[in-house]
Amino acid sequence: MKIQNFHKASSLADAYERLERSSDAAIIGGGAWMKFSSRTLEEAIDLSGLGLDAIDERDGVVAIGSMTPLRDIETSDVLKRIFNGILPHAAAQIVGVGLRNIATIGGSVVGKYGFSDLLGPLLCMDARLEFFKEGEVSLAEFLERKGRTDDILVSVNIPSKAGCGYFKKVRKTALDFAVLNITITKTDGQTRIALGSRPARAVLAMDAMAVLNGSVDNDETTIEKAAEKAAEAVRFGDNHRASEAYRKHLAYVYVRRGLFMLEEGRT
Amino acid sequence: MKKTNVVNTFNPSIDGKGIMMGRKAFTEDFAPKDALIIKVMRSPHAFAKITHIDVSEAKKLPGVEIVLTHKDFKRNAYTRAGQGYPEPSPHDKFVLDEYVRHVGDEVCAVAAVDEATALKALDAIKVDFEVYDPVLDFEGAKDHKVRVHPEDDIHEMFPIGFDPKRNLAAAYHMEIGDVGKTLDDSDVVVEESFHTTPQAHAMMEPHAVHAEIDYNDRLLMFSSTQTPFHVRRILSQTLEVPIHKIRVIKPRVGGGFGGKQALHGEMLCAAVTLRTGKASKMVYTRKEVFESTYSRHRMRLDFKIGATKDGKITALDVYGLSDTGAYGEHALTVYMVTGSKVLPLYNKVDAVRFHGDIVYTNRMPAGAFRGYGAVQGNFALESIIDMLAEKLGMDPVELREKNMIKEGETSKIFEVMGEGTEGTAMDMESCKLEYCLKRGLELTDWRGKHPKKVEDSKVRSVGMAIAMQGSGIPFIDMGAATIKLNDDGFYNLTIGATEIGQGSDTVLAQIAAEALGCELKHVVVYSSDTDLTPFDTGAYASSTTYVSGNAVYKAASKLRDMMIREAARMLKCDVESIDFDGRTFTDSSGSSVTLSKLSNTLTYNDEQQQLTATHSYVGHKSPPPFMAGFVEVMVDRETGEFDILDYTSVVDVGTTINPKLAQGQIEGGIVQGIGMATYEEYHMSKKGKNITGDFLNYKIPSQKEINRLRTEFADSYEDSGPYGAKSAGEIGIDPPPAALANAIYNATGVRITTLPITPEKILMGIKQKEKDRQ
Amino acid sequence: MKLHATINGRKRVLEIQPGDVLLDTLRDHDFISVRRGCDSTSCGVCTILVEGKPVPSCTYLSARAEGKTITTVEGVQDHAARLAGFFGGEGADQCGFCNPGIALSVYALSNEAPDADEDTIRHYLTGHLCRCTGYHSQVQAVKKYLEGLK
Repeated sequence: MKIQNFHKASSLADAYERLERSSDAAIIGGGAWMKFSSRTLEEAIDLSGLGLDAIDERDGVVAIGSMTPLRDIETSDVLKRIFNGILPHAAAQIVGVGLRNIATIGGSVVGKYGFSDLLGPLLCMDARLEFFKEGEVSLAEFLERKGRTDDILVSVNIPSKAGCGYFKKVRKTALDFAVLNITITKTDGQTRIALGSRPARAVLAMDAMAVLNGSVDNDETTIEKAAEKAAEAVRFGDNHRASEAYRKHLAYVYVRRGLFMLEEGRT
Repeated sequence: MKKTNVVNTFNPSIDGKGIMMGRKAFTEDFAPKDALIIKVMRSPHAFAKITHIDVSEAKKLPGVEIVLTHKDFKRNAYTRAGQGYPEPSPHDKFVLDEYVRHVGDEVCAVAAVDEATALKALDAIKVDFEVYDPVLDFEGAKDHKVRVHPEDDIHEMFPIGFDPKRNLAAAYHMEIGDVGKTLDDSDVVVEESFHTTPQAHAMMEPHAVHAEIDYNDRLLMFSSTQTPFHVRRILSQTLEVPIHKIRVIKPRVGGGFGGKQALHGEMLCAAVTLRTGKASKMVYTRKEVFESTYSRHRMRLDFKIGATKDGKITALDVYGLSDTGAYGEHALTVYMVTGSKVLPLYNKVDAVRFHGDIVYTNRMPAGAFRGYGAVQGNFALESIIDMLAEKLGMDPVELREKNMIKEGETSKIFEVMGEGTEGTAMDMESCKLEYCLKRGLELTDWRGKHPKKVEDSKVRSVGMAIAMQGSGIPFIDMGAATIKLNDDGFYNLTIGATEIGQGSDTVLAQIAAEALGCELKHVVVYSSDTDLTPFDTGAYASSTTYVSGNAVYKAASKLRDMMIREAARMLKCDVESIDFDGRTFTDSSGSSVTLSKLSNTLTYNDEQQQLTATHSYVGHKSPPPFMAGFVEVMVDRETGEFDILDYTSVVDVGTTINPKLAQGQIEGGIVQGIGMATYEEYHMSKKGKNITGDFLNYKIPSQKEINRLRTEFADSYEDSGPYGAKSAGEIGIDPPPAALANAIYNATGVRITTLPITPEKILMGIKQKEKDRQ
Repeated sequence: MKLHATINGRKRVLEIQPGDVLLDTLRDHDFISVRRGCDSTSCGVCTILVEGKPVPSCTYLSARAEGKTITTVEGVQDHAARLAGFFGGEGADQCGFCNPGIALSVYALSNEAPDADEDTIRHYLTGHLCRCTGYHSQVQAVKKYLEGLK
């Protein structure tokens, strides 16, 4: 990435105004992946210094400022308390401490990266995104939209419901992107399953969820059926990390394992 | 050579502190601030001819000093291999050529005042390519209709089987006894093909070089190389600069593993500085390190092994195909080591055949890499030994014990196969392989764990392999050392040997200190400067401790004799009556003079003279180190994923001059071997572009992959080595692939014959077996 | 543009370009302990501390360090020398190219988690690739170093 001008925003309004001015202006999140972009930015807009790096719990919502580094998510006591701490658990497995000190949750979300290990847990926890102009929108809806957003992400909001969660990252080495990541949450009797790094971006396994949420009891047969559905109905692909067939198989095994663990109250 | 104080005792490396503190140490740290920055245009095509190249716009850019294309160089075919002379590698490369033979090959180069200008200049160069169909599949390369090297001005230095018309960089054949007949007569024969993939050295310091013209009008070059003397020679021969006009200094090197044995940026950097008269610098990007240097040779090894019913191995038959990529660097010798440092492990065979072809393809070249063919061969041999044991219904350890090489024995292969030439007969005067095996079984509770234990959806299992390597190349590798006595009695040790992080400066200083009876701190080391240090072939072939170490020992002993002679003169007594304990010379009457007094007197007061001794050493044999490696894994039967719970090694490297550093060599090798065995892999697009050319996609082991490493050394003494030492640099990398493949087989019944051993392959194997059962 | 930052305890004003990263800025100003390994945030070699936290300098925009404190190994020489003693003791210093970066992460770790056990040490240092040692000796050295601080 080439950067012609650097602007440290004095406020969100200031940042938004600069962003609107040019199609070649962009918000710099953590900048962790900027080396992999060939884009030339007329202006890089920096949001650090606007207090967007806090994790707050209020009115039944955990709000994570968009500039919160992944390392802070990894070590957050508040986040460790909800859904068995799947978000800190997922964050802790992303590259190393150094990278996690700069990469931000805002960058992970807005980048909509296929390899992201955070989108799955956020989808399963029904995260909502607070944008400067648009206001709140669900993560699921945001991920469906095409192209880059021209709004500014202010925070990622997670309803702090009582619930449990399961997260598994299948990978070659501790520093690698996932071959596949699997997230499951259960709250209010409703189960959500997300599969990410397929290698495409995380999605909810709707058909598998329907099997579980339409049945009275998540017994062995239901779990088996849901796991099969997850492998069958979600689309997987090939890349040098794994084949489509292997990912499909992993989805089946880990969705099944995760569901059993949640049923048995283990995580 | 009795050991006393300094050798085989704990000594931290002499240079670790300054490096941890971030002091100037590595090549780039010494680059002049005003050095021109060299950037190279890399080929986007796997095979193409440059039909037109227009550099006029680039030359006009302010700050661009020089643009170099193939038209600027005389066609002097050379090899970058970085070996002794004449090289056993074909001279098949030009500094720049009209052909580009792999994605990442050099098209042209620019030197400019800064990086931005250099990159801009590259963008301004217009190149037209005639793009050809590349030869990407090495199994179809021999006699392919497309010739990777169509030019006729390339050559071999002596017969190595070089035949570019058939895409052969080299070929080899040897047979001892009658293999066909012996196999026919064997009760049991096992046959299997094994595939290994290229591996990246992935040293942390990218290749770096800078050059300037010094005030004596000579070319002064700093390079992160393993072979400074070869660099000097090859630059001189290829660029036609008198060799006395070149000085090469090797500062601290940030890891090599064979990857810095060859020349990389040196040629272009020298050319830029020689032509502009200005300092220049070239530091490889990580992408260039991955795409434009070289990797380990990809091989297919077709193995046949025969045995009697009671488990005597009768014959080994190996045909191999090795992929040298676009250039034949180390083509023949790597392949020969696949046989010569692997097959003698089972020396009681009646017949053995080893032959193969080393083919050109339009892939990144292959070259020297720790293990140097032996790791590929070991994977095949030690896998097929387990397969044979199963077929014989015999315990694999017992089969090894019965057939493996033992102390005092020899193998005919040593005599027949050298590196590029015939070999050297030798007996195994030190070989503690039996102990290594036995001790490893104890340490790992092998009998209690072999072959597996099922735990729910997981299986815990063990696997093992034995290995050997060499210690330098006999009659070829030469190292020399000079030791100088200074006033107040401290010494300078200057050596051509190349410290690349393996600890050779420390180890060689220890040998000198031991021989001189002084403390380690009183030996000041300076290494690898072609003007100031004596010759050494370089850091490769596991040669430094054994070859250069012997030179140091001999030089130190010679200096010791010289000092005793001077002390005898001073004390007016016979040389024979002098006893020297490292500090004081005492004669039989009890008169004495201290080293400090002696050296000060010789420097300032009486019969003043400089005492200095130089000695060189060339090996007459290459005593192999031996080891046994044991791995314990936990395999998930539902996914094929596995964890390495423990890796235990027992190693015979002769005397460990520095036990901690030797352990570091072994463990570093093991982890590199585990990487090769499990996830290190180059992936290529259909057009031959590397899609794993960075650390995000090419995975090397990190902190978390290996839970437990245990390394023990056998009590061993090699009479021909300095204080009993053999080598430790390479051997550690050899056993992991086979040990792991055997453990996975023991856990799942799936025999992986193609590296790397990935969970996906294991799972697919498990599924296939289930299908077969139905 | 100008960067005002406290580097190794000294206030500095450096001339930078908007797209510069700290790796280049620091090396250009002779902080040569900051070494270049990969340029893609994935090897840990170029690690420095910003506000006491380890970050990859190859990916940290210099402009972003405005007003911040930056530490390189040149700024923690006593710590590095002491740690080197433990690395030497375990045979954990081979080529050493990655060691200044590791020294800084260990420095940060000793502040964040002085009681770190082996697992925590491995977790904290996972971002530092090393091709020489096999890691085992490094972890032992860091463990002993942390124990020595108590």
